[in-house]
Amino acid sequence: MENNISLTLKVWRQSDSKAKGGFETYKLETVSTDSSFLEMMDILNEQLVGEGKEPVAFDHDCREGICGMCSLYINGRPHGPDDDVTTCQLHMRKFKNNETITIEPWRSAGFPVIKDLIVDRTAFDQIIAAGGYTSVSTGGVPDANALPIPKDDADEAMDAASCIGCGACVATCKNGSAMLFVSAKVSHLALLPQGQVEAALRAKAMVGKMDELGFGACTNTGACEVECPKGVSIANIARLNREYLSAKLKD
Amino acid sequence: MKLDSRIPEGPLAEKWNNYKANQKLVNPANKRNLDIIVIGTGLAGASAAASFGEMGFKVKNFTIQDSPRRAHSIAAQGGINAAKNYPNDGDSVHRLFYDTVKGGDYRAREANVYRLASVSNDIIDQCVAQGVPFAREYGGMLDNRSFGGAQVSRTFYAKGQTGQQLLIGAYQALMRQVNAGTVEMHTRTEVVDYVIVDGKARGVITRDLVTGEFSRHFGHAVVMATGGYGNTFFLSTNAMGSNGSAAIKAYEKGAAFANPCYAQIHPTCIPVHGEFQSKLTLMSESLRNDGRIWVPKKKEDAEAIRAGKKKATDLSEDERDYYLERRYPAFGNLVPRDVASRAAKERCDAGFGVGTTGLAVYLDFKTSIERLGEDTIRARYGNLFQMYEKIVDDNPYAEPMMIYPAIHYTMGGIWVDYELQTTVPGLFSAGEANFSDHGANRLGASALMQGLADGYFVLPFTIQNYLADDIRTPRMTGDEKEFVEAEKAAKAKFEKLMSIKGSRSVDSLHKELGLVMWDFVGMARNKKGLEEAIEKIAAIKKEFWTNVKIPGSDKGMNVELEKASRLADFITTGDLMARDALNREESCGGHFREEYQTEEGEAKRQDDKFTYAACWEYKGEDKAPELHKEELKFEVVKVAQRNYK
Repeated sequence: MENNISLTLKVWRQSDSKAKGGFETYKLETVSTDSSFLEMMDILNEQLVGEGKEPVAFDHDCREGICGMCSLYINGRPHGPDDDVTTCQLHMRKFKNNETITIEPWRSAGFPVIKDLIVDRTAFDQIIAAGGYTSVSTGGVPDANALPIPKDDADEAMDAASCIGCGACVATCKNGSAMLFVSAKVSHLALLPQGQVEAALRAKAMVGKMDELGFGACTNTGACEVECPKGVSIANIARLNREYLSAKLKD
Repeated sequence: MKLDSRIPEGPLAEKWNNYKANQKLVNPANKRNLDIIVIGTGLAGASAAASFGEMGFKVKNFTIQDSPRRAHSIAAQGGINAAKNYPNDGDSVHRLFYDTVKGGDYRAREANVYRLASVSNDIIDQCVAQGVPFAREYGGMLDNRSFGGAQVSRTFYAKGQTGQQLLIGAYQALMRQVNAGTVEMHTRTEVVDYVIVDGKARGVITRDLVTGEFSRHFGHAVVMATGGYGNTFFLSTNAMGSNGSAAIKAYEKGAAFANPCYAQIHPTCIPVHGEFQSKLTLMSESLRNDGRIWVPKKKEDAEAIRAGKKKATDLSEDERDYYLERRYPAFGNLVPRDVASRAAKERCDAGFGVGTTGLAVYLDFKTSIERLGEDTIRARYGNLFQMYEKIVDDNPYAEPMMIYPAIHYTMGGIWVDYELQTTVPGLFSAGEANFSDHGANRLGASALMQGLADGYFVLPFTIQNYLADDIRTPRMTGDEKEFVEAEKAAKAKFEKLMSIKGSRSVDSLHKELGLVMWDFVGMARNKKGLEEAIEKIAAIKKEFWTNVKIPGSDKGMNVELEKASRLADFITTGDLMARDALNREESCGGHFREEYQTEEGEAKRQDDKFTYAACWEYKGEDKAPELHKEELKFEVVKVAQRNYK
């Protein structure tokens, strides 16, 4: 049932990548608890435009939890207080009347701020470009059923492949490590015979690129798994470590 | 304007082979000297750009997102069709072709659809080789499910995330080419205009969405694959950034826009809840396999439910009207999307709708849960039920879901010939952005198939046929007068937007446009309403260009400015949709004209007058576009009235 709440928002504002940012405080009256968090941000922006002020810039797109575009560090948690959801799937019924909500961008050396709440995540693309694929070109491939794959392997590969590349794992990690992201891709492909051929090369190339781009080391705190909106497991990190080690031993 | 569909000679099943046997090719040494621009990184754009890179062309790829992996293809849930016939249930290329033409209500071009069906199997092979984790059976073989409009199981799927997995496959192939240096990736970059030199598309003008700076880019050919224009309606299942601007810019530069009025309204979406709603969420069509759709039989019950005095579960079986089962006993809850949507609207308009607004119907799993058990239903649809619960805060295992139709996909788009070339030489269009394969209504699981067919298996052939004549054309520097003038015009448009300094926010104007579209150019259309819509859209256009308010500056990132420039093009699109809907005096697929229906309220085509693709030519600012017709000839398919009773 519809209910309205009032909120105080403390929002990180930063005019561009070089500027020194800071928090601004805004009041919002009558926000429907049926609204999504990003619809609440829309209401704030409509209010700011009305006052002739620049609206808050934030990344978002599909608004159904699959594109990985939305981010936001809400009250100290990536994607906010609900579990297994992205920010766009978070709803205002998770907040109380007159609550103060602090909204920040992802903060990590690997993700520099572009403006306000928007960060640059092209480092993830660079890591994929370093080896996150099977080296097959279009055409000339065998029939899809030529290679039977055990259902359990296919299902496990699917679970690893469900990563949406949002970066919550990096944002929540005290070391700013991208290990969950990298391990999800290495696992997805290593679990399938198509990806086995290049598994060792891939693990080395992707880890090498991750280190080069300034992401931190993994100390197994497990925070990434807790915040992952898609439930990607840290078992993948163990698998990545095995793949990486065996690749190094072969050198 | 001349529309030449360039359909190859020969019997239908041999046309594509004949084309490939006779087309021109470009040798490897020359490919290195030829540049292709690809706009968009969805299934069609990413697969095309990756394939061009692998072939040895120099590619520049543009996306408005922060990464090519964000394109809205990623949100497709259900699956992708192919004529593999793995379940041995009688499927074939011909059957897939026939179902697609029939599903499109006989308004698509036979030769293109046949080619689509014939390359569908290659797509599955390609994706598996890339490591796409399709669902498998215990024997290790690929699993299939069934979808609306077909009597076979031909849909391949990866959980409820098929679009995501296919897009990630194409994205990874694309990033491999970025690594190899054949593809230059431009993220957070919007194409704001095309450059035409001597009548041919030779490049684009872009705006960097972070810095606000404009750039000129040359290409021997340009491929636009920027998706559909469903967001004209403001509320749709499209992503917030999905827009039709690259299509409208192509139209304004001479590319015909075909069948703009063909928009698909998906029957199973979560209903609108309030004024600040930003988008509508789709619930997969697969739910209709086990869910039964109903509204109360009595108006008093519907009123009591809307007032919160009764609940759905208070109504006994004989107080419920399973209207799809009643009207369409043969297909029941699995009628095609257009039919199911109209039936929901009919009940709600008649006062039987539920929810607080009265614009909702029930999708009930009670019977299935009783028959199969809650665990089976959870295994089949668990992720969708969870998604519903997160949004609506209701438990769909206990209470029926509430759904209502919403704009989902646009079958219309930029007109292309058999080679996917537009009426501007050198400008190609792929995926949802073109008009080619779905006629007036798209079947479920066919959009992913078409996007990847165009990008992996059609354009790599046809673009060579075009570029073979260009091997002596040197690269342009971007300093040619055509580039300079196009950039100047694009800059002027953005400066003009900034200079208006009115009082209306972009969103408030977009919502106003969306309401007009939904009320008059939505699920049911009529002559009077469409004429009114054209006037109302003209008024919104005037209001927009005199009273829009955009804070900030055009230097640096300005999200409101981006939205404003896209809204300007949505207004053009809305006008075009209304004009096309007014012209098409028949009902077909997703286009329903109230004047043209059978006594039972079903869509009634006028084949003698409208068996053509309506192609609109831009004639200038504030001038009415000119209609050209591509007559559709059916040589193999027998045109008939669709019947789902």
